[in-house]
Amino acid sequence: MSWHITADSISSLARGAAVLGTGGGGDPYVGALLARQAIGDGSVEVVPLESVPDDAVVVTAAMMGAPTVMVEKLPNLDEVVAAIEALSAQLERRPTHIACAEVGGVNSTIPVAAAAMLGLPLLDGDGMGRAFPELQMVLPTLYGITASPLAIADDKGNTAVLSTVDNMWTERIARVAAVEMGCSVMISGFAMSGAEARESLVADSLSLCVELGDAIGAARVANTDPVAAVAERLGGRELFAGKVIDVARATTTGFARGSARIDGERGALTLSFQNEHLVATLDDDVLVTTPDLIVVLEHDSGEPITTEGLRYGQRVRVVAAPADERWHSDGGLALAGPAYFGYGCPPTRFNGMIQEVAA
Amino acid sequence: MHIGIDVGGTNTDAVLMEGTSVLASVKRSTSADVTSGIVAAIESLRADRPFEGSDIAAVMIGTTHFINALVQARNLAPTAALRLGLPATRALPPLIDWPGELRQAISARTYLAHGGYEFDGRPISPLDADELRRHAADMAANGIRSVAISSVFSPVNHDLELTAADIVREELGDGAAISLSHEIGRIGLLERENATVINAALRELAVEIVDGLSSAVRAQGIAAPIFLSQNDGTLMDEEFVRRYPVATFASGPTNSMRGAAATSGLVDCAVVDVGGTTADIGLLVNGFPRETSTEVTVAGVRTNFRMPDVLSLGIGGGSHVHEATREVGPTSVGYRLTAEALVFGGSTLTATDIAVAAGRVDIGDADRVRHIDRGFALSVIDRIAERVAEAVDRMRTSAAPIPVVAVGGGSILLPDVLPIFGEVQRPDNYAVANAIGASIAQVGGEIDKVVAVDPGRRDAILDDVRQEAVDKAIAAGATPKSVQIVDFDEVPLPYLPGNATRVRAKAVGDLDMSR
Repeated sequence: MSWHITADSISSLARGAAVLGTGGGGDPYVGALLARQAIGDGSVEVVPLESVPDDAVVVTAAMMGAPTVMVEKLPNLDEVVAAIEALSAQLERRPTHIACAEVGGVNSTIPVAAAAMLGLPLLDGDGMGRAFPELQMVLPTLYGITASPLAIADDKGNTAVLSTVDNMWTERIARVAAVEMGCSVMISGFAMSGAEARESLVADSLSLCVELGDAIGAARVANTDPVAAVAERLGGRELFAGKVIDVARATTTGFARGSARIDGERGALTLSFQNEHLVATLDDDVLVTTPDLIVVLEHDSGEPITTEGLRYGQRVRVVAAPADERWHSDGGLALAGPAYFGYGCPPTRFNGMIQEVAA
Repeated sequence: MHIGIDVGGTNTDAVLMEGTSVLASVKRSTSADVTSGIVAAIESLRADRPFEGSDIAAVMIGTTHFINALVQARNLAPTAALRLGLPATRALPPLIDWPGELRQAISARTYLAHGGYEFDGRPISPLDADELRRHAADMAANGIRSVAISSVFSPVNHDLELTAADIVREELGDGAAISLSHEIGRIGLLERENATVINAALRELAVEIVDGLSSAVRAQGIAAPIFLSQNDGTLMDEEFVRRYPVATFASGPTNSMRGAAATSGLVDCAVVDVGGTTADIGLLVNGFPRETSTEVTVAGVRTNFRMPDVLSLGIGGGSHVHEATREVGPTSVGYRLTAEALVFGGSTLTATDIAVAAGRVDIGDADRVRHIDRGFALSVIDRIAERVAEAVDRMRTSAAPIPVVAVGGGSILLPDVLPIFGEVQRPDNYAVANAIGASIAQVGGEIDKVVAVDPGRRDAILDDVRQEAVDKAIAAGATPKSVQIVDFDEVPLPYLPGNATRVRAKAVGDLDMSR
């Protein structure tokens, strides 16, 4: 059944996306404002993957660059549209549906704005089921779907369409162009058929965002536990509760790397992050690793906390939840497993229990 | 001698000071018009401890008048918001997320124009003087008297805001008030712009208030200079208040924190100010409140100007007590405490009743709480202490131990020893800590600029910036010997030729009262 996103449901969507963003994706405030502007009094139709026609033309819409630049040089709706127009000129086909590359922070709301501006339906799904920092880190990459041709548009009216040999190269070249174009640009790519989208995307992730956002709000109103509601809805469980006692950051290679130590009754939990939370270690035991989800929530309110927002003294609860199982394939782990991010630990697989997968 | 006055929402406190000692102190109800409350306060001080107008070297005033005007949407000037950044930023024009009533209250008009910079200092587009003149003409035609100008990445380079201000002033005339975003906020365009628009909307009121305060003080035969407290605890002179009224917004909590520190003799400490409804917790570093690093919402508007970082808990003398859970607050009987609390003959169980039942304090009629189990009362007090200690722990930035100072009428709820932190300090004169905070006579100078740091000359260049801040503090009235750098920050800007670095320096010194 298709459903609709209105200006009123953007807050829940953005809050849920911040949960699935696992600490990354940036402050969703500007993205939410942009989506509300684009929707106005109207709405965006959201279509489940199973009802997308096989011959549909699906493209992604996303922001690329530094979220800290985006809060100063605010994006336009024009460049969201311009990227998609440039892509469709190259494809010589009009897109029929918009999809999210990721559901985390700002990139859960930019596609809503794109769909509203173009009057197109949005797919209830995304390429990750969470957030990751690089463009090639999407499940469609595992299905041989190319990001290229990838269109980039800036605020001045410049557009570029990249034709690249693989998705890793698309990331490298687009990242350089994004910096030159002012470090906050809109991109569109990953053109795929309806059949390919159904096969490669993570289903129902926008529904999940709205449900998570609503669940946190409803639990607070009903005075029940929002963290338990989040864990249940994600099929995960609360891993740890405690107080942040140390946050060490180093900004190298453009990403917010670092680690946080949380002390609780069960010992000390260390979270290693690079934009997103990637590894959770309890004393010397690795409990959870990327690509599974590590979500840090404020202890009482259940509000998600970004890695930039982590501070000494915060009372937090950490929820772990399983990622889409395709991320645990060899190809998936090569794209976004702990080794890709430079962590020495073997990947674990979280499914409510903790068990180590043969490395 | 000098006079410190703190005009709060409920009470106006005043102190007559000789150096750091309190010669007289009074507490009066705040009047509807700010000036008669000041007159009453000065007259009461005089009755308590006679003085001549010529004995007074300075009058320092902290006021919540400006923030209240904004919250109540009263006395705001017709204001325009002009943003330089086209073709970028168009989709989210100025004031986009403002409450409708507040937009109306400032008869807001918004304008977008070319200009602005990229993150690395490259121009987005050149300034278009004709476009700005057209906008200014439209402002004039619509009765705009105050203008807020923002430019994309003006914290990196603010020259376009200055140029645009000149052009707008030519069209609107010298009477127009112009507020520039780089002087008010930091990176984060919408939040900085919002703070600038709020400042602009308060400019006319600022003139009125400053004139009113000035004539009230002069009518008392005091010819000494008048200063207002700003968010960071330093003083600003009349001329500065006329231009930056928004800088007074958080002077209330700042003055109470600085007053608490001054009376306890501490410069690095946590301050817990317990009133009737909330306990406000802040941190003093080097005698100044630590500032927030995140957005602050004021009257429904997101802003990012420098405010003290204050954590409020719903715990106060008037807080309701929930017998089943042994928790207090966040609801409170507030100012009706003296009518509604059990010990005052009322029928509501409040935190104050618990403090009396626990034997912590003897106020009102203790017989009226005799039925409350002492063990229960003590467990409620323990729970309050636990929550306050946890909040103080959240506020500090490291596990290093830090002294805790308690002030405010509701501080009777706090035990003498807090979990984690140990003994709680309770200074004398805590009831007028606000006014004492206002009377701390310090002035500051702040420099915030982008400089090219040539290799090998870094120390010399940074020393120049420090000296500029020191000179500015001296120009503001500080005794040269007393000036110190209290805040210094150096951020290299990536991708810019010539090692461009943003440097911020703040110098503070004691006000020279002999001048």
